[in-house]
Amino acid sequence: MSFLDEWRRHDFASVSRRIASKTAADVRRALGRPRGSVDLEDFAALLSPAAAPFLEDMAQASHRDTVERFGRTMRLYAPLYLSNACANVCTYCGFSAHNKIRRKVLTDPEILADARVLKSHGFDSVLLVTGETARVGREYLSNALRVLRPHFSGLWIEVQPLPEEDYAQLATDGLSAVMVYQETYDEAAYRRNHLSGPKADIAWRLETPDRLGRAGIKKIGLGALFGLSDWRADAWFTGLHLRHVETVHWRTKTSVSFPRLRPHEGGEIPVTPFDERDLVQAACAFRLLSPEAELSLSTREGEAFRNRAFRLGFTSMSAGSRTNPGGYASAPESLEQFEIDDARSPEQVAAFLRSQGYEAVWKDWDQAYDGFARNAPEALVS
Amino acid sequence: MSPRPLVIAGVEFSSRLFLGTGKFSSGEAMRQSLEASGTQLVTVALGRVRTGGEADDIIDRIDTSLYRLLPNTSGTRSAREAVLAAELAREALETNWLKLEIHPDPKYLMPDPIETLQATELLVKRGFIVLPYVHADPVLCKRLEEAGAAAVMPLGSPIGSNRGLESRAFLEIIIAQSRVPVVVDAGLGAPSHAAAALEMGADAVLVNTAIAAAEDPVGMAAAFRLGVEAGRRAREAGLARGEAARGLVRAEATSPLTSFLGEAGS
Repeated sequence: MSFLDEWRRHDFASVSRRIASKTAADVRRALGRPRGSVDLEDFAALLSPAAAPFLEDMAQASHRDTVERFGRTMRLYAPLYLSNACANVCTYCGFSAHNKIRRKVLTDPEILADARVLKSHGFDSVLLVTGETARVGREYLSNALRVLRPHFSGLWIEVQPLPEEDYAQLATDGLSAVMVYQETYDEAAYRRNHLSGPKADIAWRLETPDRLGRAGIKKIGLGALFGLSDWRADAWFTGLHLRHVETVHWRTKTSVSFPRLRPHEGGEIPVTPFDERDLVQAACAFRLLSPEAELSLSTREGEAFRNRAFRLGFTSMSAGSRTNPGGYASAPESLEQFEIDDARSPEQVAAFLRSQGYEAVWKDWDQAYDGFARNAPEALVS
Repeated sequence: MSPRPLVIAGVEFSSRLFLGTGKFSSGEAMRQSLEASGTQLVTVALGRVRTGGEADDIIDRIDTSLYRLLPNTSGTRSAREAVLAAELAREALETNWLKLEIHPDPKYLMPDPIETLQATELLVKRGFIVLPYVHADPVLCKRLEEAGAAAVMPLGSPIGSNRGLESRAFLEIIIAQSRVPVVVDAGLGAPSHAAAALEMGADAVLVNTAIAAAEDPVGMAAAFRLGVEAGRRAREAGLARGEAARGLVRAEATSPLTSFLGEAGS
């Protein structure tokens, strides 16, 4: 069964109501589960308003489970925006096709210039980001991967959903992981916010992780853009999607991100409430649902918050991010997709983590056996 | 409220207790035991069926209007033999359901994982509803699911040993990640073992020796029926698994990890 079928069996509004009806007893029961045995009903309780008084319990359990599984480590990565060209009209995004901005698609020398800056900071994993248009399709991405492959051990993409065969091809070009955020699982809100362009096809997007799994992509990143609809229900559906990937595409690793609406070029849209306390509750609930999923903490969040929240279940953080193509080297003043809030350099973030007893990890160890990592054979025999 | 029915390959079962038909002292003892157990699915060894027209007291006593037959390939030692046995069973018993059981070793009767996976792939292509009997191996169970198995039947402990859920830690993983029903098969020696399997989230259990070899098979069949029902009802009622496992922070405790959320800016 594809996730699309699974999604159709659950009505968004009913899920919202079910979460709202959870009680303190439901939350206590969920917190009583041994590690790894929280089910989707427990997850609903952990996301509910009834869980608010238990946030400290959730945070402690989440912290403990994370340390047991991942140790006191935090993987640092940076986004590398390859293009802001986009055929979609989306209400919340600075790259929306209606916005009158200069569109840019990085050339090979420009890609390498940004890559050099990231390397100089110590990054060994990079997330390649583009808008959604045929100009930055499979061929452009294949080329970018081949250009960057000698310089990074982890190459992830966050780009338009592609056909299964394109993903299979990109995997042979050195792709490590794909982030594909659903934005919202609320069909009405999805249609309200994705007005035209390929992204308006909700089914194609919902089935993307299934295509990734079938193509043998090693890691799949999920997430909802909190603020577009009821965050609790969107988080629950993301959990349903996570469980689907974990059980159907069981060879694949997973990660979950927690983007929330930020100010951007192109006007204000109504934002449903999702504050820092909610973000912590969501992240802890995900950790209790899945001891294995990587949880990512964005530079969209502020320094003060990140300095306290990082130990509550997260395993990776972006740092020193620029969200504009060429933002690190060739075109630092071009328009950003969204504003970041933590302006520290990667070195400063790493130093802070060390001061808290955490090791900053720059390398994507998962790639040691995929045949792309530099010096992999030597590392294996020495 | 009755427990929710189990569905395997589109067929609904209200009883989650499957029975084997070997080792009974007589056909009549078996018939009464089946009745007392409330089962709706019984396994029969193909060896029993291939008697060339001779009446088999056991087979003849299974009322197929009450019980769905699940022929097994017990006695086969390779995928090739199992496929042959399956085709014979389909012809003789007019069902495409099959408990796939391949054990090359006659001493412990351990299932062969490699032959079982190969046979599952072949049999699914031939239109069989395949329920493979395997070790409690989570990866193997996922591979069988991908090959098209309608359910997986991991063992609780060595067959006939009556030792219960020795493979518990692995069964928990299989249950957590399976997308097809999980039937715990082999080694269940007491109704409490069956109850524990259902409490853990197994979809059904298959029992033979513990009932057939009991002093009073009919009484034991009834006891297993109750054990399975109790386990399933407890599961659905929201069993408090390890309530103290995480140790909730008491209300008066400080909140060292989240107190910052109350500070300015949150």
